[in-house]
Amino acid sequence: MKPPPFAYFRPGTLDEAIAILGRTENAKVLAGGQSLMAMLNLRYVFPDALVDINDLFELSGIEIAPERIRIGAMTRQRRIELDAELYEAMPIFRDALKLVGHRQTRNRGTIGGSLCHLDPASELPTLALLLDAGIETAGPAGVRRIPVGEFITGYMMPGIGPDEIVTAIEFAPWSVAHGHAFHEFARRHGDFAVASAAVMVERDRQGVVTRCAIAIGGIGSVPQRHGAGETALTGSDGGPDAIAAALESCAGLDILGDFHGGPDYRLSVARTMLRRSLTAALARASERTQQA
Amino acid sequence: MYEIELLINGRPFRGAAEARTTLADFLRHTLRLTGTHLGCEHGVCGACTVLVDGVSARSCLMLAVQADGAIVETVEGLAEHDGTLHPLQQAFRDAHGLQCGFCTPGMLMTLVELLRETPHPSEDEVRDAISGNICRCTGYQSIVDATLAVAGAAGTEGSEP
Ligand code: FES
Ligand code: FES
Repeated sequence: MKPPPFAYFRPGTLDEAIAILGRTENAKVLAGGQSLMAMLNLRYVFPDALVDINDLFELSGIEIAPERIRIGAMTRQRRIELDAELYEAMPIFRDALKLVGHRQTRNRGTIGGSLCHLDPASELPTLALLLDAGIETAGPAGVRRIPVGEFITGYMMPGIGPDEIVTAIEFAPWSVAHGHAFHEFARRHGDFAVASAAVMVERDRQGVVTRCAIAIGGIGSVPQRHGAGETALTGSDGGPDAIAAALESCAGLDILGDFHGGPDYRLSVARTMLRRSLTAALARASERTQQA
Repeated sequence: MYEIELLINGRPFRGAAEARTTLADFLRHTLRLTGTHLGCEHGVCGACTVLVDGVSARSCLMLAVQADGAIVETVEGLAEHDGTLHPLQQAFRDAHGLQCGFCTPGMLMTLVELLRETPHPSEDEVRDAISGNICRCTGYQSIVDATLAVAGAAGTEGSEP
């Protein structure tokens, strides 16, 4: 189908964009458009105006510092996927991005757009949650930095005001010896996941897990941290018993059924993805710790 | 209405479009460049893939106004003016890489991008590149074969099949 009519604005500065949002009723921000344009074509949404932020070049770029990595909201997914320095510091981004849509959609799709769309099955919100990222926004009241846990307020509901724009995501990199993995199951390559599991771990030279983060996407109304699983792993030897405990406690997550299958099915898929991700991440952490 | 000027396959074009007109509809209806196909109009099938400023994009998920001033490449620009097919088109023809041809423009434009970036792709890379392009009749195998054939032919020798 074709989109409904709307007014179109393409501001040249962030201030102008915020001002337009402030004075326009029922306006939507157009970033990469890889979800919004499809929703417009299907007439799922009827905005009165689109504010196209593709000319806000200052919102695009990747800055890597030892304590902090910052990715501008308008950075295209494909650029993040291919960035060599980011791959060096946080290789999980490339693993996750390979699962986001297809090359044609990653060429235009942005990280900020993905975060604001907040599909529970999409990879970038799950990754932001995994990394305890801060989401930076700009609005009439100035700049805010929202912890990702507060940004994710509900099913496809980002915690930002109608006149605020997400400008960047920031997070602290993990040690060079960390292990990572991002596994998901989707019906077809590039589709939204039935379940996904993202894992980061650090181990000491004896193999003891010193730090662990787990995020599960796809199964509930929002991506979720798997706190019980993190507790099971942290301080353990990362062996089969610890992994089994982490898988067992997945039952405590919020799980919804859908046309792919009921909650039992999705729980079982989530466990399989988590087993794969934990196994891979633990092995990588051991390898890198030995090399370091 | 917005006045839009862009360069398509090296030729300047101009036309007027409403804000809500997609790039795909602008190409097909306003400029009468009907080589670009529309299968789903919501970003799933890849038939509408064109190159915008050198990178592949789904033209159903872009507004025409957003392409103002852009350099666009479509399937119409692949063959030579005398009708000689682009090597990839010729390979599709030789390897039976198309039947009805509906998906072909999107397949070709996606693979043109891949081969510019990676002149000698592996079979996995080819399959990954066209993972967002749906073909309902050829069955992918001959599309992959055609791509690998042209990549091999363009190479020095011994390129990975
Ligand atoms: S018509 Fe654009 S992806 Fe199907
Ligand atoms: S050749 Fe018919 S859809 Fe691909």
